[in-house]
Order: sequence, then structure tokens, then C-alpha cells
Amino acid sequence: MTEGITTPGAGWRRADGPPAQKRQKRRRRGGGRPGGEVAMVEEAEFTSYYGRPIIKPPVWKTPDVPLYLFLGGAAGSSSIMAALADLTDRPALTRNARYVSGGAAIASVVFLVHDLGRPERFLHMLRVIKPTSPLSIGSYILAPFSAAAGATAAVELLGWFPRLKRFGGVVAALFGGPLATYTGVLFANTAVPSWHAAHKELPFVFGASGMAAGGGLTMALSPIDEAGPSRKMAVAGAAIELAAMHRVETEFGIVSEPYHEGRAGRLLRAAKSCTAAGAALTVVAGRRRAGAVVAGALLAAGSLLTRFGVFEAGMASARDPKYTVVPQRERLAARENGHAPTITR
Amino acid sequence: MTSISSASPAFTGRDPDNRLFGPLPDVQGEAGYDGDHPARVGFFTDTSVCIGCKACEVACKEWNTLPMDDAHGVRDVIGLSGMSYDNTGQLGANSWRHVAFIEQTRTVDLPMPTFGRPGDDRQDSGRSVPDGPNDDSLATAQQSSVLNAEALSEFDPQTGQSGTDKQIRWLMSSDVCKHCTHAGCLDVCPTGALFRTEFGTVVVQDDICNGCGYCVPSCPYGVIEQRKGDGRVFKCTMCYDRLTDGLQPACATACPTQSIQFGNLDELQARADARLATLKEQGVETARLYGRDEDDGVGGNGAFFLLLDEPEVYGLPPDPIVTTRDLPAMWKSAGAAAVMILGVALSAVLGSRRLR
Ligand code: SF4
Ligand code: SF4
Ligand code: SF4
Repeated sequence: MTEGITTPGAGWRRADGPPAQKRQKRRRRGGGRPGGEVAMVEEAEFTSYYGRPIIKPPVWKTPDVPLYLFLGGAAGSSSIMAALADLTDRPALTRNARYVSGGAAIASVVFLVHDLGRPERFLHMLRVIKPTSPLSIGSYILAPFSAAAGATAAVELLGWFPRLKRFGGVVAALFGGPLATYTGVLFANTAVPSWHAAHKELPFVFGASGMAAGGGLTMALSPIDEAGPSRKMAVAGAAIELAAMHRVETEFGIVSEPYHEGRAGRLLRAAKSCTAAGAALTVVAGRRRAGAVVAGALLAAGSLLTRFGVFEAGMASARDPKYTVVPQRERLAARENGHAPTITR
Repeated sequence: MTSISSASPAFTGRDPDNRLFGPLPDVQGEAGYDGDHPARVGFFTDTSVCIGCKACEVACKEWNTLPMDDAHGVRDVIGLSGMSYDNTGQLGANSWRHVAFIEQTRTVDLPMPTFGRPGDDRQDSGRSVPDGPNDDSLATAQQSSVLNAEALSEFDPQTGQSGTDKQIRWLMSSDVCKHCTHAGCLDVCPTGALFRTEFGTVVVQDDICNGCGYCVPSCPYGVIEQRKGDGRVFKCTMCYDRLTDGLQPACATACPTQSIQFGNLDELQARADARLATLKEQGVETARLYGRDEDDGVGGNGAFFLLLDEPEVYGLPPDPIVTTRDLPAMWKSAGAAAVMILGVALSAVLGSRRLR
């Protein structure tokens, strides 16, 4: 519906001062539009209401929420590592992985509750269960996980109930994977353009990043000869994280932009350096004490920075109406031109 | 009575097609209300007759005792936005109606030097729309391919003429929560604080909301917001308290031009279609309905609009979708990623020989 008398919008422009009057113009980055022969085309021109954001940026606090994601990822993957190490008789690795997962689980609950506007109503999360709400499902993952992982770590510390410990560890491991990946859905299932566009990739980014962190931390804490599985998991996680993040940063045209620019861009570049260096160091020096410690720290830092970077990128894309308007305009134009619409029914 | 679900109908088993988007003929029924629930109500906001008086904003603030804030949501300060006559700035926790105010100009090609005394054309343009142009001038206007200032000023209800080759118009539009058929805020609320009422509207229960803030970025229109210093979220209730007592919403009652029309949604839709046809007939080619289409990304709005320019000019998204439309793909992806972690960990353990 862009018909005017002679031009779209019939030639109307906002009438106030120069910054608002000039319609914001941008040249699209070439390439990287999925399935499109339209890659190099148009200058995306867009209008907005006095440059104000269209959607409301998340009110989630930083560092609470990025920390929550990081801790959840590390806890999830190390709980799996703990259970498997327990079953294959690696006592030191089992113990350390349980400490990591238990400690991170409890801390992540604290950060999640602290982020609520009404923390005393945390238990309202468990009033209903809603598959349409990743936060509801996430609460039902986090609650049993943190109980099981926390209890397992506690009895590990106190040295009680060895049998029960194994059971608790297995329960935690069952919820560990979902805990590490559901947070991707948590972010993606919003109207935030840069998160929503990457909705298939974010669970992999966060899951893999969790493996890198969990593997790195348990490897740094455990004796070299038992930590083989941690090293492998850390390296694989780092590789998958880098690959998935690369897709997020390049595949989505204009909404990939916030992942390169400003604070988010800097954080994510730092994240990539840390993760890559940590993985490389694990391979060459992971079998030496100092190497393992430094590599583990680098991997954990990379994972942490990834969460902060993705968080900031989403915030930036929510604050700028460009990222809401331009993709939606493109979608409308594609539908009008009879291209296969992005909305498939 | 059956239980009322605050989840999308797709997961309650009441919708065989498992729809997370698209039209829903009986929104309340899908949410679990019995067959004898009241009709779905809504707003038709006809911005072509809005005069920007902000009576709706004031009425809403008064009725709902909303706190004062400035254009950026800062509590208890008086602030001028400095951008237009709009000092409300946005919908938010403390402003459930927001009158957008856009001043626009355009350059027009005057086809001929004006004959007669200067100022004659001004009197001309003062004619009100209903007395309207006669058929002759309508035909002339439609024939002329140039932007004819004189003709257009007669047809566009919100155009004034500055007398030169520049035209000015003011667009005013009272924005409000859309009470979406598929409401992102409602879908993602983990506590069930947001629910669908028997009138088909979407309301927050402030004794349940724990301020998780998930609904805030999930609304494709940026409506719902957390109130600073309170922690919970707030938005238009379509005056649920008034509706249950058989009253009209406060904002619609206060509107002096009937720009805000409240009623049963299907009647409003018919009225809006007729109004659009009238405007098109009068030559207002940029008029369009927004949120009326039930095939749009949110299944249509309970509160929809007649606009005179592109939606984004008013701060509305041009093609909103409910974020949960893609949720099945996301859950699938998360499941696959969780399996991947398990697989990697398993092969890491099995692939490592103990060196001891
Ligand atoms: S407009 Fe936003 S706040 Fe209102 S019902 Fe739709 S999603 Fe919810
Ligand atoms: S902030 Fe309140 S209304 Fe919004 S999703 Fe959370 S609990 Fe629901
Ligand atoms: S319906 Fe009621 S709550 Fe909603 S904007 Fe109007 S007056 Fe405010």
C-alpha cells in the first residue's frame, strides 16, 4: 500500500529539523541474504517516528542476565560431564564437574531471581506451565536442575550418600542439556530483530558456548590424566560456537549488523579471540597444568563474552527502529513481488 | 466452567491446526471460554478525524490513576520532548494511550501561476470535507498527474496550505495496545499474569506479575512496559473494569471527534471498511487500514487503525509478526542442540583413554 498521487506516501516528509528531515539512508552490506538474488541491491530507506524505537528494548539487566546465561551453560554441560565421568570412574573429574555445575546452578538462580522486578514473587513462575513461554519451560528446567545439581555438589562436599549422589548427578545431567540451550530460545522468542532472526542458531551458539565453558572449567580444575573428556568437549564446543556465531554474524543481512558494531561488536570480537585462543591452547598445551588452567580460563572468558555480546547486539537492534522497519519492509516487498514470502504457512 | 488458558490455543489442544498465528474466528472460545461469552470488542481508531486534543490520554490517566512521566518514561517529571507537540512520546507503563503527532511538508508543483488576488486559494482550502468537492473538481484532481496543491488540500482531511509551493499537514493518531489475536506478550508470560478476557482483550493481573519482563520485548508493537520503581508491567486493559460494568472505555468516551470508536469487533471492521471506501472515493489515496487484516502476522488486531501514511511514520511496525510463530522451529533447534551436547560429551568420554 505505498501508492500516492505520484510518489509513495504522496511526497510527504516530516517537517521538523534537519536531522529528522533527512530520511535516514543506508547502503546495505553486500551478500549474505539467504536464498536471495537480491543481495547487492537497494539502499534501504526507512522512516520512523522521530527516530524512536518501535519495539521496547528488553528490561533485563546486565550483568544479571548474561551471567545467568553463562552460568546456566557452564552448569548444564558440566553436569553431563560429571555424570559420564562418574559412570566411567574418573573420581576427580566427577567431583570437580559436580562442584562447577552445582555452584553455577545456584548462582544462576540467584541472578535470575535478582533480575525480576518483583523477586519475592519468583515462585509465581511455577504457577502455570506454558510451552509458548520459554521462560516458563526454562523455570521447569532450572528448578529441578538446580535442586539436583546443588544437592549433588553439597553431598559431594560433605561426602555423604554415595549412591544418592550418583542418582542426583544423573537427574541433573538430564536437565543439563536443555538448560544450556533453552536460553537461546529465550532470547530468540522476542520481537528483538537480531535475536529473532537467528532463532535457529542461537540455541546452538549457547549450547556450544556452554560446552566450551564447562569443558574449560572442569579441565582447568581436574588432574591432567582424568581431564581428557573435558578437553575434547571444550575444543568441540569452541569450534561449534565459532561456526554458529559466524552464521549469526553473516547470514541475516541488516539484522546481522548489530553483531559487528559498537559495544556488541567489540565484545564479540574479544569473545572470538578468547575462544579460539583457548581452544588452540587446549590442543597444544592442555596436557600441562599451566596450559590447562590458562586455556580453561580463556574458554570461560570467551563464553562469558559471547553472552554479553549477543545480549548487547540484541539491545542495539531493539533500540534502532531501522532494524525493525527495514526487514519488515523487505518482507512486504518480497510478498508483493510474488517472491516466496518469508511467512510460510 | 472450563479452565481459562493463558497459553496460545495451539498448545491447549483446542485448535486442531496448531496455529500460533493466523486468523482465529473465536478468540475467547480458543482461550477456553464457554460458548456464551460476550462478543469480541475492540477499537477502531480513525486517525483522519483525530484533532490531537489528547482527551483520550487524559481520560485514561485519570480513570486508571496512572502516574506522571515524561517522554522517556522517567517518573514524576514534566519534560518536553522537543520534537513536536507530542510530549508523551511513546506508549508505556504510564501512558496507555499515546497521541502521535507528525508534522509533514511536501513540495508541490503549482501547475499555473495563480490568478486572482492572493489569499483566494486559502479560503478555498478552508472548505470542510463533508460539504466536499463537487464532482467537477474531483474529476479534475484525479486527472491531473501533478501534485496539485489546491486540489489536494481539498481532499486530504488533514492538509493545510501554506500558500507557497509548500504544503503542511499534521498527522495525529491515538495509539493504544492492539489487543492482538495472537498476542506475543500473552504467549510468553511465564506466570499467567497476562490473560485473555471474555471480551477477547489482553489484560495483566498486577497481583500475579512478577516483573520478569519477558513480555516487554515480545510485543511487536512496543506497547507493554515495566514501570520503574514498581517492577511490574502495565498496559491498556481496554478498561476491563468498565466493560464488566457495561460502560465504554474511558478513552473512547472522552474522544470528541469519534476518532476512537469502541464496539464489537466485527461491526467496527465493517464500519472501517466503509470509511476507507469513502475516503478513497474522495481521493485520499494514502488512506489505509492497519491491523484490520486477519491474515497479518498477529492474526489481526482487536484495536486497529485508519492511517494516512505508512505505519512506520506513526511509529508502528509495517509488518509485525507474533514471535511465537517461529517457536516450534526454536524448540526443535534447542532440542537438537541439547542432543548435540550429550553426543559431544559422550563421544569425548568414550574417546578418551585413561592414562593412569
Ligand atoms: S499490542 Fe503488544 S501488549 Fe498489546 S496485546 Fe499485542 S502483544 Fe500484547
Ligand atoms: S513481566 Fe509480568 S506480565 Fe510480563 S511476562 Fe513477566 S510475569 Fe508476565
Ligand atoms: S481502553 Fe481504558 S485502559 Fe485502554 S487506553 Fe482507553 S482508557 Fe486507557
